Amino acid sequence: MSTDVSGVNLPLPVVGLPVRRRNRRAAKLWLAAISLVLLLAVVVGAPLLGDAGLRLDLAARTLAPSWQHLFGTDAVGRDMFCRTIKGLSLSLWVGLLASGASTIISLSLALAAVSLGRIADAAVGVLVDMFMGLPHLVLLVMICFALGGGTHAVIVAVALTHWPRLTRILRAEILQVLTSDYVAASRRFGRSAAFVAWRHLIPHVVPQLLVGFLLLFPHAILHEAGLTFLGFGIEPSKPAVGVLLAESMRYLTAGDWWLGVFPGVALVTIVLAFDGLADGVRALFSPHAAQD
Amino acid sequence: MSPHDFSLHRGATSLKAARWPWFALFLGKRLLRLALVLLGVAVVAFALAKASPIDPVDAYLGPNIMRVSPEQRELIAERWGFREPAATQLAKWLTNLLHGDLGTSFIFNQPVTEVLYERVNASLALTGTAWLLSGLLGFALGALAGTYEGSLADRCIRAYAYVLASTPTFWVAIVLLIVFSVWLSWAPFCCAGPPGRLPQDIGLLDRLQHLALPLAALSLFGISQITLHTRAKMIEIMRSDYVMYAFAQGATRSDAALRHGIRNAALPAITIQFASLGELFGGSALAEQVFSYPGLGKATVDAGIRGDVPLLLAITLFTALLVSVGNTIADLLYHLVDPRMHPSGARP
Repeated sequence: MSTDVSGVNLPLPVVGLPVRRRNRRAAKLWLAAISLVLLLAVVVGAPLLGDAGLRLDLAARTLAPSWQHLFGTDAVGRDMFCRTIKGLSLSLWVGLLASGASTIISLSLALAAVSLGRIADAAVGVLVDMFMGLPHLVLLVMICFALGGGTHAVIVAVALTHWPRLTRILRAEILQVLTSDYVAASRRFGRSAAFVAWRHLIPHVVPQLLVGFLLLFPHAILHEAGLTFLGFGIEPSKPAVGVLLAESMRYLTAGDWWLGVFPGVALVTIVLAFDGLADGVRALFSPHAAQD
Repeated sequence: MSPHDFSLHRGATSLKAARWPWFALFLGKRLLRLALVLLGVAVVAFALAKASPIDPVDAYLGPNIMRVSPEQRELIAERWGFREPAATQLAKWLTNLLHGDLGTSFIFNQPVTEVLYERVNASLALTGTAWLLSGLLGFALGALAGTYEGSLADRCIRAYAYVLASTPTFWVAIVLLIVFSVWLSWAPFCCAGPPGRLPQDIGLLDRLQHLALPLAALSLFGISQITLHTRAKMIEIMRSDYVMYAFAQGATRSDAALRHGIRNAALPAITIQFASLGELFGGSALAEQVFSYPGLGKATVDAGIRGDVPLLLAITLFTALLVSVGNTIADLLYHLVDPRMHPSGARP
């Protein structure tokens, strides 16, 4: 299949059999492994860095990036590399908690919609419509406003805004299993709805659940950063990427470009790493990708 | 002419008569749902605002709180109706809403309707243009990438779109500021006009100059979704039987793309663009914050930070309306333009 007789740019499209030169599955899995290592390095590395970089050092104010301070230092002499890594690890934890909670909400609502009758189904439908009918950002701001801001407010806000899409997908998926013979058989044997849900429905949607979770994660992190940047999220005293970028706005006119550039680059790298990981996991689970 | 084009033409003529009752029913259903969603949003938003630990009277007084006695504070709270049960407050607010009275915004010291009107106009220049530009650019790039799948152009465009999908808009805006305002001094640093000048005195040139960077941030970098989607659709079309038929008749790839591809890929692209209004609002709020552009997004942030509840609630409702209308237009376009999607058939 991988013979490349006709070249890549065929004059006619080859239907169904794309010509590929290398094993994309292996490449994807390698990328996923590297991404995983990078993410783990941030999470494990952040506490190991210690607090030395966070201490004020007025002798080392606003230094441009150098080997000693990879990302430079800020206006009170704190090491930006240290602050950025700590911010990323905080972002990762917030993203993990928020998208985990969001995934659980999706699963519970999808199960409720499918197995608790038509009224529950309609209610979940209206709820999904309502949450999808508001821009994410407005809802996030409203929830943070209601909770008075802070790290816990961001986690709750992001968790409460990211479930609708996955709920729809899971609901459709579960409905499909519900009509299958083995679920019908299980019911005929007198199994309860809870047993059917736990033993037949949930195992079936585990791949979707995992992929859904991995897809939610980058959104969660980016929304957390945005919310924090606007001043609704993580407290300014903590080193979060949104806080660093908001701070950098004050020093841009002074020419301290590194304050604004590096935290953003680091954030994008982490999100891309997570995308790579999600892609690898999908390649592992999806039967369609097995042929690649 | 491909079989698909044929069906398009037939659909346009013979189904016209059957379209109207179906259309009215669809619209009626949609309006009812819109009303329900708006009511739900209003109630939830009200509950969230009530739950906030930020006391509206404190927020209103700000630093003046030192000069106000507890009795006076109590008087303000009573005058604003805070001593009544929450349900009564909600009912009053909803009644006023229906009469077109959205209350007064204390951070702008103006009726909310006026603030909303001004801000929407300012945002329309920025967000509306960005919406149009990003749609056109994203579609063009996606169509190009999809037509020449696997080429260098395709790979570059895809990489660009993928990286952008993982990049926060506000950071792009900060980088643009650093490069074009601070280093190159090509663009002004903030706001919608030169500082210290009244809005009506700002000339068109000034306005455009101040609009350039936010517009670039929102349109050049807000295209990833529509690009990736159009690309996927285009690839599907280029592998379809009718394009194969066109190739058999001697059409080149660009012929096929221009005659068959673009037409068929345009519809989903337009739909996506209408359905993504909410996402765009989020992006523009962040960009407006970075550039201190006095639009609706900046007003949202200010209202949230300083606890201006009437304004925050009004913006919430307004954006809900905006997103719902966008989604409805997207659905309508799908049903109206694509003859396979209707009428009275399988889909509502």
